[in-house]
Amino acid sequence: MDFSYTSEQDALRDSVRRFVEREYGWEERFTIVRSDGGYAPRHWAMFAELGWLGAGLSEEAGGFGGGGTENALIAEELGRGLVTEPFVPHVIATQLLAGIDGETAADLIGPLVMGESIIVPVLQEAAGRGDWRHVDMRADGNRLTGVKTLVEGAGRADNMLVSARNGDEIGLYLVAADAAGVSRTDYRTLDNHRVSDVALDGAEAVLLASGAQVPGAIDRAMEHGLIALCGEALGVMDAALWATRDYLKMRKQFGTAIGNFQALQHRMADMLIEVEMTRSLLYAAFGAMAGDDAQASTAAVSAAKVQVSTGGLQVGAQAIQLHGGIGVTEELNISHHYRRLYAIARQFGDAELHLARFAQARDQN
Amino acid sequence: MTSYFSAEDTAFRAEVRAFIQANLPPDLARRGRYDYHPRREDQARWAKILAAKGWSVPHFPVAYGGTGWTGVQRFIFEEEMRLAYAPTMDRIGPELVAPVLYTFASEEQRQTYLPGIRTGDTFWAQGFSEPGSGSDLASLRTRAVRDGDDYVVTGQKTWTTEGHHADMIFMLVRTDMEAKPQAGISALMIDLKSPGITRRPIWTIDEGLTVNEFFFDEVPVPAANLVGQEGAGWSYAKFLLTNERTNSAEVPHTKRDIVQLRDIARIEQKNGRPLMEDPSFRNRLARIEIDTMALETAVLRALTSGSHDGGSIASLVKVRGSELRQRVADLAVEALGDRGLAICLNPEGEHRMFEDGLTPPVPDHGIGIAAKAMFRRATTIYGGANEIQRTLIAKTVLEL
Repeated sequence: MDFSYTSEQDALRDSVRRFVEREYGWEERFTIVRSDGGYAPRHWAMFAELGWLGAGLSEEAGGFGGGGTENALIAEELGRGLVTEPFVPHVIATQLLAGIDGETAADLIGPLVMGESIIVPVLQEAAGRGDWRHVDMRADGNRLTGVKTLVEGAGRADNMLVSARNGDEIGLYLVAADAAGVSRTDYRTLDNHRVSDVALDGAEAVLLASGAQVPGAIDRAMEHGLIALCGEALGVMDAALWATRDYLKMRKQFGTAIGNFQALQHRMADMLIEVEMTRSLLYAAFGAMAGDDAQASTAAVSAAKVQVSTGGLQVGAQAIQLHGGIGVTEELNISHHYRRLYAIARQFGDAELHLARFAQARDQN
Repeated sequence: MTSYFSAEDTAFRAEVRAFIQANLPPDLARRGRYDYHPRREDQARWAKILAAKGWSVPHFPVAYGGTGWTGVQRFIFEEEMRLAYAPTMDRIGPELVAPVLYTFASEEQRQTYLPGIRTGDTFWAQGFSEPGSGSDLASLRTRAVRDGDDYVVTGQKTWTTEGHHADMIFMLVRTDMEAKPQAGISALMIDLKSPGITRRPIWTIDEGLTVNEFFFDEVPVPAANLVGQEGAGWSYAKFLLTNERTNSAEVPHTKRDIVQLRDIARIEQKNGRPLMEDPSFRNRLARIEIDTMALETAVLRALTSGSHDGGSIASLVKVRGSELRQRVADLAVEALGDRGLAICLNPEGEHRMFEDGLTPPVPDHGIGIAAKAMFRRATTIYGGANEIQRTLIAKTVLEL
C-alpha cells in the first residue's frame, strides 16, 4: 500500500503550482474572466506545452501514460488558484474518445493533447438535472435535434462530442461547432465559468460510436471527469481552509486574535476533518480506478463526489462565516472559493444522485 | 500512487481468514455476534488460541511476542477478526497498558507483566479519571505517599473500563503535591487484590456493566511497581491516550457493523418490500458507508506514513470514527422498526443490572442492537471527549 506520489507526479504538481503562482494572480484572473471569451488562449497553449493535456491519458490512447491521479492533481492545483480554464471538460473529451472504438476517434486525440484543437463534451440536458445518463437529444440518421446544457468551453471549441438517442440506442456523435443548425446561448455560472446551452436543430453530425459500448464509455469518461473535478474541489477546499486559518491568527477582536476562541477553533477542526476525508476518498478512488473492478470504481468515484458536494459546501460556507463580513465581498477570494464549491456540488450530479449511484454499485459488488 | 492493497496484503488476508475459520470455536463466534461485553473467559480462550499461533499481540515488539507485521497487516488482521465475529479482545492490557510497559518500564517489569497480557492470563484496568478529573485529567487527586519500600495510595478512580475483569490496574497517582499539576503525577501498577481496594459497578445507559468505580484506602503498593520515573506519569498517559485515539477510529468494527446492518435491512420490511430497497434508508446507509470508506483510507494513510505525528491524525480519526459508530448503531435500531425499542439483552451475556424475566419478541438479528446504540453515546466521550479532540486538532494541526 502506497499513498505517496511518485517523483514525476510531484514534479507535475510543482509545475502547475508555479503556473498558478506566476501567471494567475487575483487581478489577472479578473481580467481574464471579464474578457470577451472568458479565457486566455495563451494559457491553454501553455498547458499543452507543459504536457498537462495528455498527462492523465494512457500512452496507447495518445497521452503521456498517466491516469486519474495525474488529472486530479493538476486539477487540485488549478483549484487552489480558482483557474477557470476548462480542464475538466478536456479530461472527459479525451477519455471519451479513448474509450470508444474507431479510427476517427483515435485520430482526434492527438491535436487535443497538443492544444491544436478543442473538443468539448456535450452530454448533459436540463431534464437530467446533472445526470448525464438522461438523453433526449434525438438522432435522425446523421442529423441531431435537441438542447444540451451547461456546456463548458463551447465558445472556443472546434468540435463537440454529443450524446444522442436513436430509438433505444445511445450514440456518440461529432458535431462541428460552426455547423448549420447549431446555436449557442452563452452565460456565466456562479463561479465565473463560461458555459453555453447548445441547441441543435437538424445539425449535421458524424457518428463516432453506437451500440452497447456507448453508455459504458460515457460513464467511464465521466468518472475520469468526476475525479478531476473532485481533485479541483480538494484544492479549493484546502485553499479556503488555510486562508481562513491565517485570517483567524491575524484578525483581532475583544483584544485578542479570534483564533483563540474555542467556538471558532472547533469549527476549524471540523473543516479540516472534511478536507482530510475528501483527500482520503480521492485516494480511495485512485486505487479503485487503477483496479479492474468496475463496480468498485463506480462506487469510489461517486463516494468522492458525495463528499465533495457536502463537505465542500461546508468548508466553503464556514470559511465565509469565520471571515465575517469581509467573507461575503466580491473582492476577497473567500467568496469565490464558495462560489466554485457551490457550482461543483451540483456539477455532474449532486450528492443525492451520487448517493444512489454509490448504493447501486455497492449492491452489485 | 496507483494501488491499494498489494498482492502480498491479499495473500496475508487469505492466510488470516483460513486460520480463523479453522480455529475459532463456534460458541465464541455465536456470542461474538452480540459483540459487546464479551466474557473474560471467551477473550482468554481466544487469546490462548492466538498466542499458540504467535498472533495474540501483533503490535508488540517481536522480542516480547509481536508478529512484526506492518500497520496495514495489523489492520487486515483486525478486519478479519471482526468479520468472523471473533470475541472483541481486551483492549486495556494489550493495546493501552502494554505499549507503555514495553516503551517506558524496566526490563524486569516487562518480563513480569507482558507475558500474562500476551497469553490472556492477566487482565488490566486503567485508573485515570476521577470524579473531579475527567477531561481535565491533570487535576487528579488520588495520592501515593512513599513509606519505606511502599507507596501508600488513597483516593478514588472512576469510569474504570472492564475493571470487574481486571487483575491489575495501571494508575495515575499524585506523588508530588507541590509540583505543577502535570509534573506531580506518576504511574503505578497495582494488584487489585491488594488490601484497601473496593469496587462499585457503574450501571450504564444500556443496563450493562462496562465501567466501575474504585476506592483506594491506604493501599500499600511496592515501590518496585512504579513505571519509569517518578513524576513522569503524565507523559506516559499522553502516549497511552494517543494510542487509544488511533484505535478508537474502530474502522474494522464499523465495517462489520455495516455488514450486519445490510443483513438486517434485507430481512426487515417496509411497505411489503425489503427495507434495503427504501430510497431514504439506502441513502442514509450509503452516506455511512462513504464516511467509513473515507475514514478507512485516512487510517491507512496514517498507518503507512511511517511517522507518529504526535496525535494529530489520531484526534482527527477519533472524532469521525466515534461519531460513525453511533450513526451505524442508530441506523441498525431504526432498521429493526418496532422491535428496535425493546430492551433485549444478550441471552448469553453476564452482569445484568436487572432481570425482568420477560421475553421480548425480538428476532435473533436484533438482539443487543438497541443496547449497543445506547452504550455508543460513550464513544464520543471516552479516550478524551470529542471537544477535547477538536481543541487538540486546532492547536496541533492548525496551530491556532
